[in-house]
Amino acid sequence: MDARFPWFILLAPLVSAILIQLFTRKSRSVSATLSVGSVAFTLIASLFVFAGPDGSSEIPWLDFRPAFYVPIGVTVDALSKVMLLVVTGVGTLVHIYSLVYMREDESEARFFGNLSLFMFSMLGIVLANNFAMMFIFWELVGVSSYLLIGHWFTKDSAAKAANKAFLANRIGDFGFMIGILMVWTAFGTVVFKDMEAVRDQLSLPATFSTIAVLCIFCGAIGKSAQLPLHVWLPDAMEGPTPVSALIHAATMVAAGVYMLARVSFLIELSATAQLVIAWVGILTAVLAALMATQQDDIKRILAYSTLSQLGYMISAIGLAAPGAAMFHLFTHAFFKALLFLGAGAIIHALHHEQDIWKMGGLSKKMKLTFLAFTAGYLALIGAPFLSGFFSKDAILLAAWQQNKLIFLLALLTAFLTAFYMTRLFVVTFLGQTRSDAAGHAHDGPAAMTGPLVILAVLSVIAGYGFIANPALGHELAHSLHAAHEKGGAMLVMALATGAFILGTGSGFVLYKGQAKDPILIPLFKNKFYFDELYAALIAGTQDLLATISRYFDQWFIDGLLVRGLSGATWATGFVLRFLQVGNLQAYSFLFGLGVVATIYLLVFR
Amino acid sequence: MTLTLNHYLFVSGLLFAIGFAGVMLRRNIIIIFMCLELMLNAANLSLVAFSRFNLVNGLPNYNAQVLVFFIITVAAAEVAVGLAIIVALYRARQTTHVEDINSLKF
Repeated sequence: MDARFPWFILLAPLVSAILIQLFTRKSRSVSATLSVGSVAFTLIASLFVFAGPDGSSEIPWLDFRPAFYVPIGVTVDALSKVMLLVVTGVGTLVHIYSLVYMREDESEARFFGNLSLFMFSMLGIVLANNFAMMFIFWELVGVSSYLLIGHWFTKDSAAKAANKAFLANRIGDFGFMIGILMVWTAFGTVVFKDMEAVRDQLSLPATFSTIAVLCIFCGAIGKSAQLPLHVWLPDAMEGPTPVSALIHAATMVAAGVYMLARVSFLIELSATAQLVIAWVGILTAVLAALMATQQDDIKRILAYSTLSQLGYMISAIGLAAPGAAMFHLFTHAFFKALLFLGAGAIIHALHHEQDIWKMGGLSKKMKLTFLAFTAGYLALIGAPFLSGFFSKDAILLAAWQQNKLIFLLALLTAFLTAFYMTRLFVVTFLGQTRSDAAGHAHDGPAAMTGPLVILAVLSVIAGYGFIANPALGHELAHSLHAAHEKGGAMLVMALATGAFILGTGSGFVLYKGQAKDPILIPLFKNKFYFDELYAALIAGTQDLLATISRYFDQWFIDGLLVRGLSGATWATGFVLRFLQVGNLQAYSFLFGLGVVATIYLLVFR
Repeated sequence: MTLTLNHYLFVSGLLFAIGFAGVMLRRNIIIIFMCLELMLNAANLSLVAFSRFNLVNGLPNYNAQVLVFFIITVAAAEVAVGLAIIVALYRARQTTHVEDINSLKF
């Protein structure tokens, strides 16, 4: 392998993005070809890099040694290799799929330009060998995510969703930046390798490392949409479905998990922070799963499902099992991208109908999509011997070995996942067709079904050792095996299977042949009123601030300063003008008095 | 009876008092103006009287008399300006009554 390959991977999408933005925006086909070509190139290059040895190379950027030194560098190790495969693999399939999905869109060129920009930014995060560079690309994915969510910016809801995503991410990124600066101060370097090397020689105060780790975790909270900043992800479904599949299911939202796995040596410094991370993750998983059970929009259900699965991964990070987290990230990327692309195929076939209650009976109309979707569905809910089963099992096992309460919540999430996905599956594909559009639906062209089939195959087999072990690399795979041997593996597997059977069974029983939702839980349907709470909170704070500033303005600035000054001047003038009687004699009398007084003072004193 | 300094000063004071009273009490601006002249001339009278009665080596103190000439000159100039103002005022207001000239009054 050439040492320059990682650089090519990084730069190819950037070149494509620049060319599209500058030159080929007029031509849709050229832009699409450029973008797909660049991502296909990165996939091939990634495969070469994957087969090649580990290594890293860097060029100095801000070189003020020994004061500080920030390079632009790429790292190739087990972690970035698996992530490269996921990003470029799913990315390629989504690009190809987009060729069909976006064909009727007027600004297809802009779409592909932004998609290339995203690929560049995401690969930058994956390859970054230091915190500063990662942060830059971290912000860049935020920007490209903003651009892509707001692709249909003439739609009010899309524009608002883009803003919401950007703002929520900014809040998280602010904490992330503070965390990076804290770590930078303590370690004196931002390069991950050097940080790891000096970690053991430093003895940081426990509070300091806890705060630093939690600040860094803030970045993951924003990007991976954990509580309490999860609100942006469901709204981000306003973007085109390929974007949802690529950015908001498979890659960008997983960047938080990847980043935490990358700096797991830092997280180990603070047990408190680990506990917080584990709890935030598992609470997100449970709450998001509960919200998913009552949604009607097919993409939103999948979005909440993504939240929930991300919660799993974050929780695994907190449980000091980055291997399990990365394993789940790896499998989840495939089956969640598959589910989103499948949902996209349905939405496309039904002319942008997203309500699952207006679908139904699609298994006969869209056979290929149905089969692929089924594979993704089974993988997600952890049906035995599919990829999700193994990766979820790894997380459950980690939870079982360390924290029984978290394990119970994780098991509950597994049950809920099976339940709401069965609901989605049964309502969408089985039973009667419930709308005209659903009656006329049919499979898309090969560019649409092709990626679905490939992802379906991957979703089935990605969990097996012959795929997962080389993909995850020796170290992570080894940690998974070690966890397996610590005991409880069989019990956990049995319990997980039980949760799967229970969830699927109850889902089938409840929703089979239903034309509308037999259960109605407003609390879940309204997403625990998070949006309303934030709206009230923000509105309340703003109102309070506005009231205070209004009073300040009215009484202090206007009242005291402006009116006070003018009033004092006016009052002085008012008093003084009584002296101006306008009578000549009065003036001369006063003048005379003045003369007399002057003479008196001069002569007699 | 011989005239002493006090007699002159008395007349001078009387003239000044009359002038002052006129300035204070009369409403016609021309009369006020004339009373003003009266007060100036009262001052002139006392100056000349002081000069005449304050002999140095048998000669009066001429400083005071020179001052009187100055006052007469200034008074002439003042009259010229003052009368001009009064004429202009009369043209503008058709009155020489001070109580009517009060636009600067609050």
